[in-house]
Amino acid sequence: MSAGKREIDAATGTEIRSHAWDGIRELDTPLPRWWLWTFLATVVWAVAYWVVMPSWPLVSSYTKGTLGWSQRANVTAEMQGVAESRKPLQERLLAAQLPDIESDQELFEFAQASGRALFKDNCAPCHGSGAQGSLGYPNLNDDDWLWGGALSAIETTITHGVRNEDENSRFSEMPAFVKVGTLTRAQVAELVEYVLALSGQEHNAATAANGAALYTEHCASCHMENGKGDVTQGAPNLTDAIWLHGSSRVALTTTIANARNASMPAWGPRLSKADVRALAVYVHSLGGGEPEPPPATAAGQ
Amino acid sequence: MNDATLKTDIAAAHASHGVEAVAVEAVNAAHRRSMFKAREKIHPKRVSGKFRLIKWIVMALTLTVYYGTPWIRWDRGPGAPDQAVLVDFTRERFYFFFIELWPQEIYYITGLLVLAAVALFLFTAVAGRVWCGYACPQTVWTDLFLVVERAVEGNRNERIKLDRAPMSFGKFRKRAVKHVIWLLIALATGGAWVFYWHDAPTLAKQLLDFSAPVSAYVFVGILTAFTYLFGGHAREQVCTYMCPWPRIQAAMMDEETALVTYRRDRGEPRGPHKKGDPWQGRGDCVDCRQCVAACPMGIDIRDGLQLECIQCALCIDACDDIMTKVGRARGLIGYDTDLNIARRQKGEPSQFKFVRARTVAYAVILAVVGSVMLYALATRTDLDLNVIRDRNPTYVALSDGNIRNAYTVKLLNKARLGRSIVVSAEGLPGAVLSGVGLIETEDGRVRVPVDGDNLRSVRVFVTLPRKAMTAESLPLTFRAAPALEGGDVAEVESVFLGPKLLEPKP
Repeated sequence: MSAGKREIDAATGTEIRSHAWDGIRELDTPLPRWWLWTFLATVVWAVAYWVVMPSWPLVSSYTKGTLGWSQRANVTAEMQGVAESRKPLQERLLAAQLPDIESDQELFEFAQASGRALFKDNCAPCHGSGAQGSLGYPNLNDDDWLWGGALSAIETTITHGVRNEDENSRFSEMPAFVKVGTLTRAQVAELVEYVLALSGQEHNAATAANGAALYTEHCASCHMENGKGDVTQGAPNLTDAIWLHGSSRVALTTTIANARNASMPAWGPRLSKADVRALAVYVHSLGGGEPEPPPATAAGQ
Repeated sequence: MNDATLKTDIAAAHASHGVEAVAVEAVNAAHRRSMFKAREKIHPKRVSGKFRLIKWIVMALTLTVYYGTPWIRWDRGPGAPDQAVLVDFTRERFYFFFIELWPQEIYYITGLLVLAAVALFLFTAVAGRVWCGYACPQTVWTDLFLVVERAVEGNRNERIKLDRAPMSFGKFRKRAVKHVIWLLIALATGGAWVFYWHDAPTLAKQLLDFSAPVSAYVFVGILTAFTYLFGGHAREQVCTYMCPWPRIQAAMMDEETALVTYRRDRGEPRGPHKKGDPWQGRGDCVDCRQCVAACPMGIDIRDGLQLECIQCALCIDACDDIMTKVGRARGLIGYDTDLNIARRQKGEPSQFKFVRARTVAYAVILAVVGSVMLYALATRTDLDLNVIRDRNPTYVALSDGNIRNAYTVKLLNKARLGRSIVVSAEGLPGAVLSGVGLIETEDGRVRVPVDGDNLRSVRVFVTLPRKAMTAESLPLTFRAAPALEGGDVAEVESVFLGPKLLEPKP
């Protein structure tokens, strides 16, 4: 085939290219016009984009573009907008009387929704995503409360935490009876039987009777003579079916001998007042929430 | 005899019957099809007759329904829109006269689409592409645009002449007028579309004083652009190249389907006929090409059934007109089958078999789906209940040893007015319901006030005494009933879970 001689395909009127592969020849079909124009348009678009939008990375910054568009600024503005939109309800939440919150459907639903999100962000690592807790971490769905289950009590516990640096933190300390030498192993064993008897579990009656005097001397000041505990001191009820650290002989022995004294951080410094209240409402609504105590009693304590 | 005299002779033959001779090529006929050719513009000639009349009526009906429906009012009482047909995205409701559907009931729309599809199958099995030829928006709007084109630029011959003429003030004026009217129709079409999604009178006012939502303008713009493009410019190309239905319809038709057919047993051999000449030994087709001139798809029906044909039946009207003029029986082109042509060629009478396995099957499906939908609509309740069990934690042991499960209960009050709904747990003796912020009744149920035409989601606790926990999982049924007597009741089955029961110690 001589160069320069153009060969035209009869069917299409298109030029045939000069090379052949195993007898297969190729038409020199031009690019479809619409494709070409689209391609050129994208080139123009790209150049314009470089000018108006942030696009080229530089050594320590980037070209900002003439429009000044910034995703970071957009997100900030959007977050501000969201915060702004929540403000009226948050203010209402803070102004409301605690017992009225749950009967105000709109306010209650708002508090529950924000509380649920806050709980997953802040509380779930210890208390579990469903607030179900685990050994050593209280279940917040049940009706047993170490420091009180009324809205105000829950709000205080969240704000100041338990056994931490916060000066208003909930505080009480059970002695590690064996470690400090107050009790012997044998005495602990007798106490354990007595505590098992208190909660109606299987126990050795004779040994338990021996533990009664020890209980009155060492435990009753916090857990009360009847074993019902005291929420003002965070002393658990020993007569019910709920055991934070386990109710077996081994678990009870460990608790009395070494003490547990778990702690919880104070959230007041980290969360806003409205967030803490929303969290309290959420936790209160999980099922175990207690009614607000009458003001006179609260003042008396 | 040279070509010129031949042409003159043919013209004279046609003229003897008062028939106009048209030099028209079926631009989209199979033998002219090429992948490397630009589109040739089609100038369909105006026809009149039975099928044109039917098409005018269908066009008037469909356009009236499309443009008019959003303006029909329907009083639903206070707090609800008074538009008869409204897809309300903000309230998440679909209103259709006396029917109001919630998003959960989208299956009614599915049923409607199934009905539409099967109806399409049935019509196609009986009489081919009747949808394409008469009712498809592409056909209706192209027809409407052609009416405008004809009114401004004249009939076929004038339009061809105008196309060929160099640009002049007169041509420019005609073109401008045509395109402006087209754009106005397109704008009205796009405008009517958005009225189905918002209160029409309000939105119309907003659109005019530029206070309507941006999305309304965007959709008006998109629909205007596509109506103008499809109806004015793309026309038959939409049917031939873009629409999938022509490919699917081949599977719906069979040899018994009545289609727009050139009865070649009667028409052939074709040729010009001079008035007074005998008709013996020749067919009735005088080859005047009026059927080709009338065709909006640019084909020749005498080539037989072809992909481009939308079965609009305009060639039937065109041909009937000619047959009357030459004094032959009408119906040289008509709804017929190839099977009948073969029968007549063998001297047998033609017959139509509309009742056959395929049409019966489609009709049965249509009836079944229609009945199911009617039944569903007739037994639709105004109260619905969804229950989602808490899975984390699966259960909560209380201080007295009792077990509690939590459920998210969604109450759908489809009644117009707000009312109190009583939720109870059935089939689980000893179970007590409670809920934060709800009214607890003495017999262990809860009462939930729900606004009219609204959904309320509440968390409900079910507490069961420990000794009633006879298995790890117990069935229970949630029941929602209006606090006042009467009204629909909804029930949902769920389970109540507790701790694993320990094997009794030996």
